[in-house]
Amino acid sequence: MKIIVCMKQVPSSNDVHLDPVTNTIIRDGNKSIINPFDSSALEQAVEIKERLGGEVTVLSMGIPDTQRLLRDALSRGCDKAVLLSDSAFAGSDTLATAYTLGLGVKKIGKFDLILCGKMAVDGDTAQIGPELAENLNIPHVTDVDEVIFVNDKEIICSKLIDGGSQILNVPLPALITVVKDIKIPRLPSIKGIRFSQTASLEILTAQDISADITKTGLNGSPTQVVKTFTPVQENTSVEFKGNAKKIAKQIASVLGEVL
Amino acid sequence: MANLTINKDLCNGCGVCINSCGNNAITLDNGKAIVNENCILCGICVDSCPCNAISIENISQPTKDISNSSGIWVFAEVSQGKLLPVGFELLGKGRALANQKKCSLTAVLLSHSSEAMAKELIYAGADDVLICADKDLHDLREELCTTILCNMIMARNPEILLFGATAFGRSVAPRVAARIQTGLTADCTMLEIDDKGLLRQTRPAFGGNIMATIICPKTRPQMATVRSGIMEPIHRDTTRIGKIVRVPFPSKLKTKTKIMETRLNKSTLNLADAKALIVVGKGIGSKKNMALVNQLADLIGASVGVSRPLVDAGWSEYKHQVGQTGATVAPKVLISLGVSGAIQHLAGIYRAEKIIAVNTDPDAPIFGVCHYKIVADCVEILKELIEIYKK
Ligand SMILES: Cc1cc2nc3c(=O)[nH]c(=O)nc-3n(C[C@H](O)[C@H](O)[C@H](O)COP(=O)(O)OP(=O)(O)OC[C@H]3O[C@@H](n4cnc5c(N)ncnc54)[C@H](O)[C@@H]3O)c2cc1C
Ligand SMILES: Nc1ncnc2c1ncn2[C@@H]1O[C@H](COP(=O)(O)O)[C@@H](O)[C@H]1O
Repeated sequence: MKIIVCMKQVPSSNDVHLDPVTNTIIRDGNKSIINPFDSSALEQAVEIKERLGGEVTVLSMGIPDTQRLLRDALSRGCDKAVLLSDSAFAGSDTLATAYTLGLGVKKIGKFDLILCGKMAVDGDTAQIGPELAENLNIPHVTDVDEVIFVNDKEIICSKLIDGGSQILNVPLPALITVVKDIKIPRLPSIKGIRFSQTASLEILTAQDISADITKTGLNGSPTQVVKTFTPVQENTSVEFKGNAKKIAKQIASVLGEVL
Repeated sequence: MANLTINKDLCNGCGVCINSCGNNAITLDNGKAIVNENCILCGICVDSCPCNAISIENISQPTKDISNSSGIWVFAEVSQGKLLPVGFELLGKGRALANQKKCSLTAVLLSHSSEAMAKELIYAGADDVLICADKDLHDLREELCTTILCNMIMARNPEILLFGATAFGRSVAPRVAARIQTGLTADCTMLEIDDKGLLRQTRPAFGGNIMATIICPKTRPQMATVRSGIMEPIHRDTTRIGKIVRVPFPSKLKTKTKIMETRLNKSTLNLADAKALIVVGKGIGSKKNMALVNQLADLIGASVGVSRPLVDAGWSEYKHQVGQTGATVAPKVLISLGVSGAIQHLAGIYRAEKIIAVNTDPDAPIFGVCHYKIVADCVEILKELIEIYKK
């Protein structure tokens, strides 16, 4: 089995808060992490490889600093890492990102299965997986919460749908996006950490993947952010005071009004 | 190629942009901001700069001829043989946008049947309904629907195409956008037409901490998925008339994906749709107290949500988790018991209409977003509420 896992570096939203005066986002620490959904995807991929043999390659498009996180992924069971990094990729929306990742996949070569996270926690768009699958002309399944069966020809998996779940059978090659609790990411082993220090981490530029730079980055992005603002919190809260009995009565009367 | 430009004459070295950047891409050099290779051109610093010193310059951009596109389309999703409410909500919004743009509003129906559904869509505001019907469309599958939708789009050139941000909508819309090579904005909560006639799409980002307004000026259709429960449907008007256009099911169309089984939750735990919610955090104290929570929930007909530590501790299950990595909820009323209000948790509840929060800590962040603040022991309040509703 040749498996590719798409991983994105995201700000550790942990430390994000709002400056009430300037109304801008403040980040303390500015640490970056791997998108948590993608760590679960990696664990799922590694478990499949451990069962069926083969190779797991991690693919990311990001700033040079992403290397640090890819080394970490290499210590958790994947075999190779590829980072697509070029100033021509900056400002990519989902269409441009999916185009670039698609070229990265082609560069990696033959594959059976691609795993993405359900969404990235910074943008929450959840669009890259399906767009990438379309670019590669392979089927996709979103919101997968369990891989029930997989071999080199097909995958049977369960996906979450609104109000329930579905079991699907899809021929490979295919792409799935996974929910966070599909697997709990393992901790790096000592062997893994040793391996990660010398393992292959390829860094590719736009030229290396023969990208058409009118299709990458800000140039290749049909959507434009024209404004960011903080949602207005019409926060005029009423305080209920008194003993528990009195407060409960007040709550009940609010509930009575709304329900 | 595009660049982030900092105007040295305008920059006063205040450093606000450095704090706003998620990638450590800006530093100070001799009291002026400078940008480094980490920049991903996300644009957050542009808006944060109090001196308007930062801009993004986009040098070349290919343009396509988009002048012949017109009309607003709404994808009317059918699930389990029923039109989903979000389709009607989008037709309500779409009607207002179409009136403003003086263009037509079309509902797109891919379904196993039926005439009756098309009528409902017209009653709900559509000028016409495009139907593709086939037994293969009984269960919607992405690859089939992508091909049908893209054929329709290429033949008729709509200017705007809206999907509900359902599991299926969010899965099929990106495929369509990629095939057509156009922009798609996920999970919008606000849609407007600007003075140039462009669709302004506003969506929460960073777990609802900031809102971003996005346009798609150069390609068509302008596509968006829109959250359910936000837009207002118009009043059902059975005197409305409209045109029904049938599009043949493409003959050789096959899909490789097979649906082997569909299981619907009997327990109907769909936190996203709950009208009333009790959300519990660590402050509930013990697993035993969860029984009290469930008891009150039954009494008032509410669903139960929890913060992440309760799932981690095994006091509840993941499907109850509310927040950035759990469910996003939008109830009419939410009773928050013993939840601190961490940013990742707030990301899931910011759309609740009324939040009643109980916490022993008067400075708990949850009080920053609630409508009714109660500084008290949540277990005591819980017991008193049960007493009231038992009667
Ligand atoms: C990447 C990431 C994703 C995350 N995703 C989520 C998510 O989806 N959902 C989520 O909830 N969290 C999420 N978290 C965790 C989040 O950061 C917080 O740790 C969590 O929300 C805290 O839960 P809590 O408020 O129940 O617990 P605590 O923070 O421990 O707060 C307990 C609160 O109860 C109050 N209290 C104590 N005793 C009582 C009493 N007797 N009566 C009333 N109040 C009392 C305390 O004052 C305190 O405010 C995520 C974290 C990360 C890093
Ligand atoms: N820059 C990127 N590099 C690699 N994978 C990505 C990138 N952006 C998104 N992805 C993948 O696409 C998934 C969904 O991301 P998004 O559509 O941004 O919410 C993520 O969980 C990743 O698996």
